[in-house]
Amino acid sequence: MKRYVYINDDESAHDLYCDNRISNRKYTVLNFIPKNLWEQFSRFMNQYFLLIACLQLWSLITPVNPASTWGPLIFIFAVSATKEAWDDYHRYLSDKKANEKEVWVVRNGIKKLIQAQDIHVGNIVWLRENDEVPCDLVLIGSSDPQGLCYIETAAMDGETDLKTRVIPSACMGIDVELLHKIKGVIECPTPNKDIRRFDANMRLFPPFIDNDICPLTIKNTVLQSCYLRNTEWACGVAVYTGNETKLGMSRGIPEPKLTAMDAMIDKLTGAIFVFQIVVVMVLGIAGNVWKDTEAKKQWYVLYPDKGPWYELLIIPLRFELLCSIMIPISIKVSLDLVKGLYAKFIDWDHRMVDLETSTPSNATNTAISEDLGQVEYILTDKTGTLTENKMIFRRCCISGIFYGNENGDALKDVELLHAVSSGSPDVVQFLTIMAICNTVIPTQSKTGDILYKAQSQDEDALVQAAAHLHMVFFNKSGNILEVKFNSSILQYEVLETLEFTSDRKRMSLVLRDCQNGKILLLSKGADEAILPYARTGQQTRNFIEAVEQYAHLGLRTLCLAWRELREDEYREWSLMFKEANSTLVDREWRVAEVCQRIEHNLEVLGVTAIEDRLQDGVPETIETLRKAGINFWMLTGDKQNTAIQIALSCNFISPEPKGQLLSIDGKTEDEVRRSLERVLLTMRITTSEPKDVAFVIDGWALDFALNHYRKAFTELAILSRTAICCRVTPSQKAQLVQILKSCDYRTLAIGDGGNDVRMIQQADIGVGISGREGLQAARAADYSIGKFRFLKRLILVHGRYSYNRTAFLSQYSFYKSLLICFIQIFFSFISGVSGTSLFNSVSLMAYNVFYTSVPVLVSVLDKDLSEETVIQHPQILFYCQAGRLLNPSTFAGWFGRSLFHAVVVFLISIHAYAYDKSEMEEVSMVALSGCIWLQAFVVAMETNSFTILQHLAIWGNLAGFYAINWIFSALPASGMYTIMFRLCRQPSYWISIFLMTAAGMSPILAIKYFRYTYRPSKINTLQQAERLGGPIVSLGTIEPQPRPLIEKDVSTLSITQPKNRNPVYEPLLSDSPNATRRSSGTPFDFFQSQSRSSLPNYSRNCKDN
Amino acid sequence: MSSSGAAGAGSTDSTAARRNTKRPKYSKFTQQELPACKPILTPRAVISAFLLVSVVFVPVGVASLLASRKVVEIVYRYDSKCIPKNVTNKVAYIQSSADKACSITLNVTKHMKSPVYIYYQLDNFYQNHRRYVKSRSDEQLRKHGEENETSTCKPEDMVNGRAIVPCGLIAWSLFNDTYSFSVNKRNLTVNKKGISWKSDRNHKFGKDVFPKNFQNSSIIGGAHLNESIPLREQEDLIVWMRTAALPTFRKLYGKIEEDLKEGELVNVTLNNNYNTYSFNGKKKLVLSTTTWLGGKNDFLGIAYLTVGGLCFFLALAFTIVYFVKPRQLGDPSYLSWNRNPGGH
Repeated sequence: MKRYVYINDDESAHDLYCDNRISNRKYTVLNFIPKNLWEQFSRFMNQYFLLIACLQLWSLITPVNPASTWGPLIFIFAVSATKEAWDDYHRYLSDKKANEKEVWVVRNGIKKLIQAQDIHVGNIVWLRENDEVPCDLVLIGSSDPQGLCYIETAAMDGETDLKTRVIPSACMGIDVELLHKIKGVIECPTPNKDIRRFDANMRLFPPFIDNDICPLTIKNTVLQSCYLRNTEWACGVAVYTGNETKLGMSRGIPEPKLTAMDAMIDKLTGAIFVFQIVVVMVLGIAGNVWKDTEAKKQWYVLYPDKGPWYELLIIPLRFELLCSIMIPISIKVSLDLVKGLYAKFIDWDHRMVDLETSTPSNATNTAISEDLGQVEYILTDKTGTLTENKMIFRRCCISGIFYGNENGDALKDVELLHAVSSGSPDVVQFLTIMAICNTVIPTQSKTGDILYKAQSQDEDALVQAAAHLHMVFFNKSGNILEVKFNSSILQYEVLETLEFTSDRKRMSLVLRDCQNGKILLLSKGADEAILPYARTGQQTRNFIEAVEQYAHLGLRTLCLAWRELREDEYREWSLMFKEANSTLVDREWRVAEVCQRIEHNLEVLGVTAIEDRLQDGVPETIETLRKAGINFWMLTGDKQNTAIQIALSCNFISPEPKGQLLSIDGKTEDEVRRSLERVLLTMRITTSEPKDVAFVIDGWALDFALNHYRKAFTELAILSRTAICCRVTPSQKAQLVQILKSCDYRTLAIGDGGNDVRMIQQADIGVGISGREGLQAARAADYSIGKFRFLKRLILVHGRYSYNRTAFLSQYSFYKSLLICFIQIFFSFISGVSGTSLFNSVSLMAYNVFYTSVPVLVSVLDKDLSEETVIQHPQILFYCQAGRLLNPSTFAGWFGRSLFHAVVVFLISIHAYAYDKSEMEEVSMVALSGCIWLQAFVVAMETNSFTILQHLAIWGNLAGFYAINWIFSALPASGMYTIMFRLCRQPSYWISIFLMTAAGMSPILAIKYFRYTYRPSKINTLQQAERLGGPIVSLGTIEPQPRPLIEKDVSTLSITQPKNRNPVYEPLLSDSPNATRRSSGTPFDFFQSQSRSSLPNYSRNCKDN
Repeated sequence: MSSSGAAGAGSTDSTAARRNTKRPKYSKFTQQELPACKPILTPRAVISAFLLVSVVFVPVGVASLLASRKVVEIVYRYDSKCIPKNVTNKVAYIQSSADKACSITLNVTKHMKSPVYIYYQLDNFYQNHRRYVKSRSDEQLRKHGEENETSTCKPEDMVNGRAIVPCGLIAWSLFNDTYSFSVNKRNLTVNKKGISWKSDRNHKFGKDVFPKNFQNSSIIGGAHLNESIPLREQEDLIVWMRTAALPTFRKLYGKIEEDLKEGELVNVTLNNNYNTYSFNGKKKLVLSTTTWLGGKNDFLGIAYLTVGGLCFFLALAFTIVYFVKPRQLGDPSYLSWNRNPGGH
């Protein structure tokens, strides 16, 4: 499918494509009510409540005033509808603002100022510096003589660096005045959401240029919502407008995630629903039998001899309505409220603010905080997540000579400095490649300093390092690169750029050395993408060794190479390259293939090693979370050795003999299978030993494992607590998440870059680090945090509290609903099974919505253990992971409790208020008061920490109950006129209430005390220890003090620290467990002393205890 | 090395400044650090709580029991006694128009202090039946003009197209046995004023609402009402219309405002009109005095003694267990991960 855009053609395109009116709105004024209602009613719970409410309109069967259900129902609907409307109104306002923004557009050959919404496809739009781009444009002109312009794409992908865009070659050199009259056609794909690709062609009509097809790429476009920077003006043709822009297409409402707890609550709701149906059927049958046998004799009831045809249904339906309160209507609202608050607590948390950048943590998804407490697997990216992604050039190897090995910093290596000053040709060439083989843009600040705008941190580090070594890349104007080396200025003209892709793993530049006219090819890339293409005869062993050695130290390596091109070779190739670039189908693949044809026979110059430091607190965080029973998988695109080194240095895996690392590798399917089977076998044997066994697999082998041996790999995934997957692609990351999810594990994916987005979206919980690779991951994620170490607090504090609080709140909601429902059921047995409601409508409504909802809401402040205790004893998270606080058996406890309390309240009210006192309204209020008192004490007993707010809510609510009922008792029109005043004057009322409270609570207190003291859970033990100042608390603190912000000295965690490292390669990967190690221990002493010796791995086997 | 800090200087600085303002405000609430009291269930606290409950409950229970015992109560079941021996079909008898007067004698076993309350007690009578309890119209009872508000009164709403006042099953089935009392041939006056709730008289039953078309339908339920007396003064009706929550209930009939001495014989002449025979209901006449806790009802006293005793027993048991098998709270050795360092 293609779209043909006729440039500057005022008529044709208007009807074909939409105008530039942006609409993010879900609703319009007219369809708001039906559409919103439709959406709300697509939930089962809402359908259920609506059905109940409709049935209540039938006065023959309704036990209470329909208002008691309609009221809360309408309230709940109104709340969510208002929220939707509010959000939509804001979307409307921001749309309106964008739509009415004025832009310069060429109309009938004249520049006019029109509203952005009136732009049509094919219009020429003029932008000035710092303008926001109103729609997707293909550039045709720019103030820059080379046709360049700079844009900021932060709104689209979160990357804050400037990107260059260039006008297509066909439009190069067209006079500004003529741009108004330009005509032509652009053939482009139908609108899609891929913001990295735009494979199109442009053909200008005469007189501008002869019928030459000019290829267009994403480099020739500026997309909606970007900003024009550092460019005086630019103009372009609108190709996609309105909601069809690339940004507009990629908008969308992500699938809501459901937490494990929500699923459990739904399951319990289903169980209660079934229970309710059973109760209704039993009572319905009993009621019909009673009616036929007894009620006919009760003359005063005056049953007609023959009722209507639906007579048999009436009593069951009445009971259905009477029992409908079993499923608490308030639970959804309460849960939404508290979940919102959990999210706010995360946003507010001062201890999760990244002080360096003042980035607070943010919970984008407010609905899944409980899942944080139930995480079982963490899949983490390496670069930028565990490490700082702050690249520093540390070492290099040029022509077999190692620099920087002595002091760990090549920039201070005297030998290298000496080689530079003496002008050793290899070294100079090496530095030239470092300086210019990249896409970095140098700019000069007002003070004369040179600033680099780099898209990748590695390139930035290399250019900076080259500048330190006197090879200063100081200007790029169009295709001309200018480098200053030892006060002489060198110029290069860029002929072609062979861009970096993750498949090619290298980038190259073809340029002409302006000094002598030679054409050069400069390449840099991963070792396996460069070394195989070395010129025949060159010894690459040196470089392989260097790469291995650097990788072993956890450094990132790049190989640099070059060669000279013959003029004719270049010409021939350049034609192919141009052709490949203008293909519409499979362009990327074709280009890669053409690039391959020139990137061979390279003269490898050397290897650079860049350090990426670990973030603060990473080892402690991993250790703490591992003790909490969370398994870690590291998924990285980096090399195996680098990954293993990082893994070792951040406690990810333990060194021998405590840990064992098994490798799955192989180049063919068969090798992978054998390797997988061997590892699986070892894994099965060693699960019984207290040993940290991990496996490492690379992307290649993973591909086979995932596609052909999925079952075996899944088993391995279950057995292994730790895994390192290196060289994996974004989609493999997502696949791994999928595998763990399919085994019913709660997964958390954490990453920082665009390549982690898929994994983050796939996982149950996605956490993004708002880091240096842009905000892409943070935007896609459910939670964004500034640093990896905040994960500990996010899970152990916020996740755990959220889980505990929701567990209490949801079960309590069922408890209170069941309590009042059981009383109604008991009452029906003494009211001729006729479906009379003991409680009046007002009480029933207020009970659910007001009396019992307020005290429980403050349970969001409850803390069973202090944050410090939890962090010191992360193992306690196990209770959340295993779902110990909300499951059918705890629920059964609450069910039993409500049954018991209902029996107590019912028996006491009917016996204390018997005979002459058995007045309906009075008995009803006595029973209701009993429920309110009991629930207040239940909340109080289940509360672990009382703040002033809890006291206010619990006891204030009790007072509020009396206040409200006194008000109702003062209204002569209400059914309960004077009732509450009468009751409160009767000693027997108070005596009954205290009896109910004592009889209801003392068995519960006794059981709780007995369990607490003689069968304590770990939580109880820690509570006792914490509050009695037991010995546990005094155990050493694990939480590190927040480190000062000052640039810390090369920290002990830093990988390049040479003093306790043995530079000699050690076989970390040992296929046989008996592999002997030299000097075992010494390199890892530091990490061992970090871990408390007595702390074992708290393995998942505990789940079966 | 200010490498990349410099690289993105322009844009990152501005975003950093923007984020700075977003920094959350600090308060004890937002940081979840509100001062909290964290009680735990120590043996001492729990045992003293149980002791306290038992110490409070036992005396209250004794007091309630004493109050209940102080009440003098005479209960006499008359439904079967007041049917002549030769009648086999009790329902037909009670529905006939024959004179159903009946005389019984109550023996005062203990001195009864004035006022002596007269109740009638019905058993197996479901005033709380759904059809029954809803069949009334409060609007009609309250206001003169609202007599056509009978929609809730079905099936006793209209007769011959005219609204019944008071409508509904409750009023229709008004209890109609009457009692008169004499001691030693001397009639005792029964005070029937003020037996209903004052609030009902003043606000629920209108002073200008008069019975109309009452008991005019084909089936006659219970008592007739004097159409010249406003509802407000029809206290038997007002009492009856306070529906009972239980199938066994007593309703106040009147008060005898003089003491009944021990050993006196009270002759009761009663008209046994009300049909409880079709559903095997019992009818009882009750004479009772009252105390601060109400009528005779041992339940609260016994329940208090039981709960108090139970709590005392629990306190005792926990104390014994505490001394026999002391247990250190918060002992870290209970934490499994401290206990076996081997893992698992």
